Order: sequence, then structure tokens, then C-alpha cells
Amino acid sequence: MTASATAPAPAAQAASTRKVRPLSRRRLLVHAAQLGTLIFIVGGWQLFTSWKIVDPFFFGQPSGIVAKLWFWINHGTAYGSLGSQVWVTMKEALLGFLFGTLSGIIVGVLLGQVRFLSDVLSPYIKAANALPRIVLGSIFVVWLGLGTSSKVLLAAVLVFFVVFFNAFQGVREVDDQLIANVRILGASRWDVVRNVVIPSALTWIIASLHVAFGFSIIGAIVGEFLGAQQGLGLIISTAQNNFDPDGVFAAMVLIAVIALTAEWLIGLLERSLLSWRPQTAAQARAV
Amino acid sequence: MRKTSETRVTATATTASLRSCLTLIFAIDLFEQNAHSALYAEIERNSDARPLPRLASASVRSNNTIELAGVTKRFVTPAGSSYTALRDVTLTVEPGQFCAVVGPTGCGKSTTLTMVAGLDSPSEGTVRVGGRPVDGIADGTSFMFQADALLPWKTVLGNVAMGPLFHGVPRKTALTQAREWLRVVGLSGFEDHHPHQLSGGMRKRVALAAALINEPSVLLMDEPFGALDVQTKAIMSNELLTLWDQSRPSVIFVTHDLEEAIALADRVIVLTAGPGTVKAIYDIDLPRPRGSVQEIRFGKRFGELHEQVWQSLRDEVTRAYARTGGAPGAPGAPASSALPAITEGARS
Repeated sequence: MTASATAPAPAAQAASTRKVRPLSRRRLLVHAAQLGTLIFIVGGWQLFTSWKIVDPFFFGQPSGIVAKLWFWINHGTAYGSLGSQVWVTMKEALLGFLFGTLSGIIVGVLLGQVRFLSDVLSPYIKAANALPRIVLGSIFVVWLGLGTSSKVLLAAVLVFFVVFFNAFQGVREVDDQLIANVRILGASRWDVVRNVVIPSALTWIIASLHVAFGFSIIGAIVGEFLGAQQGLGLIISTAQNNFDPDGVFAAMVLIAVIALTAEWLIGLLERSLLSWRPQTAAQARAV
Repeated sequence: MRKTSETRVTATATTASLRSCLTLIFAIDLFEQNAHSALYAEIERNSDARPLPRLASASVRSNNTIELAGVTKRFVTPAGSSYTALRDVTLTVEPGQFCAVVGPTGCGKSTTLTMVAGLDSPSEGTVRVGGRPVDGIADGTSFMFQADALLPWKTVLGNVAMGPLFHGVPRKTALTQAREWLRVVGLSGFEDHHPHQLSGGMRKRVALAAALINEPSVLLMDEPFGALDVQTKAIMSNELLTLWDQSRPSVIFVTHDLEEAIALADRVIVLTAGPGTVKAIYDIDLPRPRGSVQEIRFGKRFGELHEQVWQSLRDEVTRAYARTGGAPGAPGAPASSALPAITEGARS
């Protein structure tokens, strides 16, 4: 009673605080420290390599990386324009993420609901999860060729297991009383899944999406490493063969930008899908 | 998250009238300050003026006797042994009767309800509702749980509308019905809130509306107001009686609060300490309508009934306590070895 009565208070408090102080002192300090860290690392790297304490031939140089990026932007890469390379990799990662997530949710919910299926399949799933699935990339290239489909499949396989385990666990954690309640209210089995099981498991599923997107990028890049005609993975692999660390790092910077953008988008999705959740005191303070 | 919640608040503010906004703030204020008397008066006044959306047909009502005959329920413990929760329980709840079941902790009160609801089946004996054996969840039965069974991801309106929607009522009609029921339980203006934004008492109102919207002929309640503070509990009890009186479902109301049981029920059944079996049945002859649940307990007849039932219940409570407390002492001398000083002090 006490806890529930005070529940709406933090949200209201936080809202009023934000109106008064749009950007708090503490937040400003955090941003300044973040910028400082970047300058320290990149600056240190630049200085150490200029002073030849560290050999730029092996470690690259920030100025070299920027120059490389600038060159790619203006003159394109060996395999076509930079934009098309980024687009190919992004497309592979996104499609892999999409297919992997969907199949992970469907199979996870299904196995979570049907005890018999999960009992039958659990040893195989555990075995498949323990294998280094990245090796499957070689087989996929053989099967599907050098195009995007082999990378999409590899990314999807990596994503699938992450999402599947979370969806499965999420379904198993559903409060029995909530299910009993809707069943008494007249819910069919499908009503129970749609109204209780999936929303309840969504907290778990969404938590896995952050990790899952990382895996989908790994899948796409490694797939391109193993054999491709286009993409950032191919650029990295070519740079490696040419003893060009600047090229490797430049491609990594691009991947980091893609990953951060995706992370931000998933964060937005999370907030809109889980908006029903009560705000915790920690969240109210942090924002 | 912040942004969305803020937008929602703004939207509510613009669409709702000024009056409902004020009511909202006022109500939250009252709940927080625990200014129960003012709220109490408000709700008392409102509940008389709020008719039910529509009454269920009489044919449904006439067929809702609940009968348990020789019901025994055993569970298998994690250790593999068998545990008897209920033994040979026989009881009848007449159509439209309000029946309270009291008993010590762990005597199988809740198990009885789950079997009447069809969530579980007895190991021996039969459970009948309206003359038909219960074999699974039946239409016409509603259940109110001790803890909140509201879906936290649905709005208040969505939670209440679930019953009709599951029964194939068109969405628009279901939402209209849900709004009506929210008005009945005094929660107009809270349709778009999520359960976590409400106080404990308000959540109970939502649960009550969600249970009653299906127009149950059998209403099962498992310590529904157990988690509420005393004042809110009294208000909710009054609300419940008013609503029950308008549609008269058969009720089994499980509680550990004897005063609550006597104030609400036509019949009080005392169960023994586990394994539970019917120890005594008391018919409560207090006239209806009972009026305020808080005031009825000062009456002379209430005192007599309370005395009688308590005599019967006390032994069971002490026995159950001795068992859970781990004291080897005989029933009637609870935990005498564990707390010798206190027992001695009380005797001298």
C-alpha cells in the first residue's frame, strides 16, 4: 500500500526537475569527462606514434585513419563507393538481426509453452549452442556463394541463439497467477500467449536485443572475411593483407558508428515497448 | 520512458475535463494522506447512486449452488512424499449466498477455491457448481486473487475489458462495458493509467471490476483485501457488499480475518488446522443490508457471533501456530518451550 501509493511520485518529481534544469551540472560533467577520455586516448596514440615510441607501421595513426576515411569518401574504395560498402554490411547485419530475432522469439515462445518439445530438443539446442557457430560461415559461403545471403544466414544463426534463450527463459518466468487469472476470465490458449506470455517475456527478449545486434554485426563482418565481393569485412581483410593498419581501424570506426546508431534505435524501441514499466528511482535520478 | 509518460499525462490533461483532473489529484492526495473519513463518505455517497450497467438474467442466477462432497486434496511434496491439504470437506453454498471460509494459515482455504474454479481437481470426492461436476474452468465463475493479478502492461481499461474480449464481444462494446464498470467502482478518469500508477485500494477496485464484468454467477475471493490497510479494507468491503447485493452471485470468500468474515457473510465455515476439514458452520443472522462494515461490529449480536466463532477458531489457530512455530508442546499451549518467560508472565 505504502509503496504503491508513492509509486507515481518519482515520475512527477523527475518531470518537474527537468523543466527547471534542462541539463544538470552532473550531466555536463559526465560529457566533459567523456570528451576528455577520447582526447587522451586518441591524442596519446597520435603523439606516441609521431614520436616513434610505437611503430605506426603496426599500430596505425589517428591522422592516418582520418586521411584514409577522407580518401574513401572522396575516391571510393577498391570495391566501389564507401557508401555502398557500408550499406552492404548494414543490410546483411540488419536482415540477419531481423530473421534471427523473429525465429528466436517464435521458437523460444513455442518451446517455452510446449513442455514436450523443449524436453525433446533441449540436448540438441545445448549442443548447438556450445559449438563455435562462427565456423558455419565457411559452409554457408559454400552453400550460398559470395553474395549477401550467406552473411545474412550467419548473422541470423548467431542472433537466434541469444534471442531464443532469453525468450525461452522469459516464457518460463511468467507469473502463474497472471495466467490463472486470464484463464478464468475466459482466455483461450492463444489469448494467454498474446496477452500474458509474450508481453511478460518481452522484458527478457528486449534485454537480449542489445547483445544480439552486436552478434549480427560480427556475423556480417566475419562472413565477408570468409569470402565476399563487397562490404566492410572485405575492406578490413584487404587492408590486413596490404599491411595497412589505418585501413583496418578506419573500417572499425565505421562499424562503431553503425553499432552505436543501432544501439540507440534499440533503446528507443525498448522505451516505447516497455513504457508500462514503473520508473525505478535510479532511472529517475539518472535522466 | 520519461518522454512517453509525460506525453501521456499531457494528453490526459487536455482531453479530460478539469473536474476529473481535480478528482484525480484529490483522490491520490487522499490516499497518500490516508484521510480515509472524507474518502469514505464520498464513496458511500457514490456507491448508492451508481447502478450496475445491467443485471444478469435470472436463469443464470438460479443455477449456482456450490457443493463440495467428501473432497480430499493431496499434493506431492518436492521430497516425494504425499501431503494432505484438505480431508473430506463437505459443504454447500446456496444460490446467491455469501459464504466466508476462515481457518488458520495453511489449512487449505485457497486450495478449496482453486478446485471450485476448476484450476485444480480434487484427489477424492466431487465439486459441483450448479449441479454439474467441475472439470476445468467454467464460464460464469470469477476469481479475485490475494495478490494483484492485473496485467501490468495493460491500462486499467484494457485490464477490465479483457473478460468480454475473451468471450468474443466486439472491441468497441467491450471497452464501453469496461468504462461503465470503472464508473461503478469509482475509477472514472483512471482508464489510461497503468496498474503501478494506482494505490493498492484502487488496484483492488480494478480487479473487482475485472471480475464482475463477466457477470459471474459464482464469485471466488481469496483474501482479496488482505494486503490493504484497515480503512481501505473497510471501504472495499462496503463496495463489495453493495455490488454483490445488486447481482447476487454465490460467493466463497476466504479470509483469516474473522471480523471481516462475520461482517460480510451469511455463513461462516471454520476449517481445522491442516489437513483442513470442516470444523463448524455458523449462520450469520445479522440483517441485510448490513450497512457500514465498520459500524456493524459494534452491535451486540455481532459480538455474540464473534465470540462463538472465535471459540471454535482459536483452538485451530493455536494448533497451527504450535506446528509452524516448531514447539513440541500440546495444542493450547503454543510455543510454551520457546517462550517460557512470556507464558509465565501471562499466567502470573
